[in-house]
Amino acid sequence: MTPAAPRTRRRVFALTLLAALTAALVLAAGASADLLTPESGGGSVNAENVDTLYKLVLAVAVVVFVGVEGVLLYSLIRFRARKDAVPAQIRGNTRLEIGWTLGAAGILVILAIVTFVMLDDIRNPPNSDADGFPTQRIANVENATAYQPRPPNGRALNIEVNGQRYIWRYTYPDADDNVLNNVFNYETLVVPTKTTITLTIKAQDVVHSWWIPDLGGKADAVPGHTNFTWFKVQRPGSFRGQCAELCGRNHADMVATVVAVEPAEFKSWLASKKREIDANNKAAQQRREEESEELREGANPRGSGNAETAEGE
Amino acid sequence: MAATDRALAVPEITAHSVDPQSRGWVSWVTTTDHKRIGILYLVTTFAFFILGGVEALLMRVQLGTPDNTFLTPSTYNALFTLHGTTMIFLFVVPIMAGFGNYFLPLMIGARDMAFPKLNALSYWLLLFGGIVFYASLFFSPPEAGWTSYAPLSLEAYSESGGIDAWIFLIHLTGISSLIGAVNFYATIANMRAPGMGWGRLPLFVWTLLVYAILLILALPVIAGAVTLLLTDRHFGTGFFDQGQGGDPLLWQHLFWFFGHPEVYIMILPGFGIISEVLPVFARKPIFGYKAIAAATVVIAFLALLVWAHHMFTTPSATIVLVFFMISSFLIAIPTGVKIFNWVATLWRGTVEFKTPLIFSVGFISVFLIGGITGVFLAVFPVDWQLHDTYFVVAHLHYVLVGGSVFAIFAGIYYWFPKMTGRMLSESIGKWSFAFMYIGINVTFLIQHSIGLEGMPRRVYEYPDVGNLALYNLISTIGSFMLAFGVGLTVYAVIRALRNGVKAGPDPWKANTLEWFVPSPPPVNNFDVIPRVRSVEPMKDIRRQVARQSEPAADLSPVAAGTRD
Ligand SMILES: [Cu+2]
Repeated sequence: MTPAAPRTRRRVFALTLLAALTAALVLAAGASADLLTPESGGGSVNAENVDTLYKLVLAVAVVVFVGVEGVLLYSLIRFRARKDAVPAQIRGNTRLEIGWTLGAAGILVILAIVTFVMLDDIRNPPNSDADGFPTQRIANVENATAYQPRPPNGRALNIEVNGQRYIWRYTYPDADDNVLNNVFNYETLVVPTKTTITLTIKAQDVVHSWWIPDLGGKADAVPGHTNFTWFKVQRPGSFRGQCAELCGRNHADMVATVVAVEPAEFKSWLASKKREIDANNKAAQQRREEESEELREGANPRGSGNAETAEGE
Repeated sequence: MAATDRALAVPEITAHSVDPQSRGWVSWVTTTDHKRIGILYLVTTFAFFILGGVEALLMRVQLGTPDNTFLTPSTYNALFTLHGTTMIFLFVVPIMAGFGNYFLPLMIGARDMAFPKLNALSYWLLLFGGIVFYASLFFSPPEAGWTSYAPLSLEAYSESGGIDAWIFLIHLTGISSLIGAVNFYATIANMRAPGMGWGRLPLFVWTLLVYAILLILALPVIAGAVTLLLTDRHFGTGFFDQGQGGDPLLWQHLFWFFGHPEVYIMILPGFGIISEVLPVFARKPIFGYKAIAAATVVIAFLALLVWAHHMFTTPSATIVLVFFMISSFLIAIPTGVKIFNWVATLWRGTVEFKTPLIFSVGFISVFLIGGITGVFLAVFPVDWQLHDTYFVVAHLHYVLVGGSVFAIFAGIYYWFPKMTGRMLSESIGKWSFAFMYIGINVTFLIQHSIGLEGMPRRVYEYPDVGNLALYNLISTIGSFMLAFGVGLTVYAVIRALRNGVKAGPDPWKANTLEWFVPSPPPVNNFDVIPRVRSVEPMKDIRRQVARQSEPAADLSPVAAGTRD
């Protein structure tokens, strides 16, 4: 059979090519796991879970990709126009078409189930460790449209994150209701390890997006809304991130760093910050009093003199 | 004798120009001929494509090295705003209307569109939309991205000028597309050749029909939204201003309710082109005609239900996230079905590797990646990490460059002989494809990794950490390869217009009625409109002609009758 021999050879060639391509793709995927998987994870358990979910989706995706590209490549090589070839005049195959529709649906059902199974650990934080920083019961945010994560015991260190062009401001909780004397910081968010941190995310001006890749996904800061996220860092370290929603010309420079320190160290940092802020508040209070005294003195010669020089200039 | 000729409708005798084609630029400005309007559309939108491409290259140069100072932040922000807006509103959407204008009447056997004068208006509105938008370059171009999110796009954060020009562009191109869509719909509904039922409509026409319906459903929403934005900016209202009791999220909902169908508006006619080209060059009927047409309709319906998957990171209740994940999953099914049908069309065919087919196959292989990464983004916890990073940039470019642009190039190589009567060079076409194919993958594949490394989109600079510098350099090199590939096609077009090989009426032995008339077609398109007996009327006609040229003995009435 002379015509059969070249055909077999061609088939072998096509199959070899296909196998080589598949192998190359799988190897490449393995070798470049770094290339195809997020750099995030490792910082907080929710980010780790998102990474796992990503890898599961990736595994399914690689199978679909290799399958479809393989069949495409095979049909291009196998069914290229040749002298004696006659195209088959097929217009469809109902059973096959229903089959692949259900197949595609099946894959997506599996992905949906996997997502639902993993969702709980991504959305809901665990309790703080026993040797973590002391936490408070987190209050319900009124009229929030977003899901508010809370640990089983309802206690966490809740920090307010406020996005403003082009910096992040953090307000730490304290014992009293007066928010003016709370400890705050810009850009660098210092947190204790082994402690569940919940974030209440707000925006001052335009839409921003809070994102520290190692500590979980993004949460948009939208004016007039409150958004939430959480993380829990086990070991000291620092994690960088930046605003992920276009907020203006310096959007690229709106960076944030989370620095996780031992609970004891955090306690002393908080105390020193508190002293600093109290001192500043006191100084500001003094200045205000002096100013109002000056105003009360009315025809203060020194004051009017200043005004005259200002006008003269 | 004449009556029998008409009934048989043989191509050689059908086409005669009634009037000599008028020449000169005045005739182009005043034209209402759908073919000339189609060419105006194609040339104008391609010019905008080049403009948008240059903007992209400037951005890639800026991002080629870390901490680059080639562009200022405001120039960079203006560039990505211009690039996105241009590619979407001035290139992909209207170039599909360009192909539609030229080929819709020819494919369904009509002598013009239903409303030729409205058709001309539709083109001129598009052109002036583009001019008004680009006029902002001379004062202050918009810097809020093609999505123009409020409050960033409000007066307080964006000075007068650019955003207003953007609003004007949305209005003008929106009216243009609406008029065009109504025109397409009326033409398809009323002017089909005798015998062309819905089951015999060419698949490109099916996608144009759905394109038109989606435009009619989606455009009023964005038109309303930008009008509210305009009154917020200049007349003291506060629809999107939280300070006045408005809500920035309202903008996002309105925008994406339009914005997601817009994605399908840009890709569905591309699907149509692929569905026309593959069977011609595989010499095999399209596999599952009904399934492909039905999938188009299902995609369009679902496209109206997935908008909030662009908003997974906004403050949302879990049930909302779940709903939009599932609806986005659903849309993957008809899309997958189409891909399977295309591959099955090649299966057991005799595939001729002509440039239109190569671009179509390139489309399938690259669009698949965009489809798969779309599923990643639909899984909302994964989207929380990937949203607004270069992963999304890669995804949308695989869909719009690997998808729409490849389909458009397949269309250019496939239909250029019909529009001009001349063939494009096969060898230049193949080189153009090679550069574009490699360029797309070098530019955008690595951008998935850039996103996974944590680089957000829309940043004018990035620090030299991890592999960002290397990855971005690779992407920049790829973008120039892609541009070179596009340049080759421009060269091929210019060369073919000067001295291309004469095409004749049907160089590809294609299936649809546009190949029945001479190339380029006469003003009135058809002297005689053939009766359509199947999805592939030209196949029937060619068979008939072949039968007539058989020896006389075979032409006895009995033999002819039995074969029918
Ligand atoms: Cu920001």
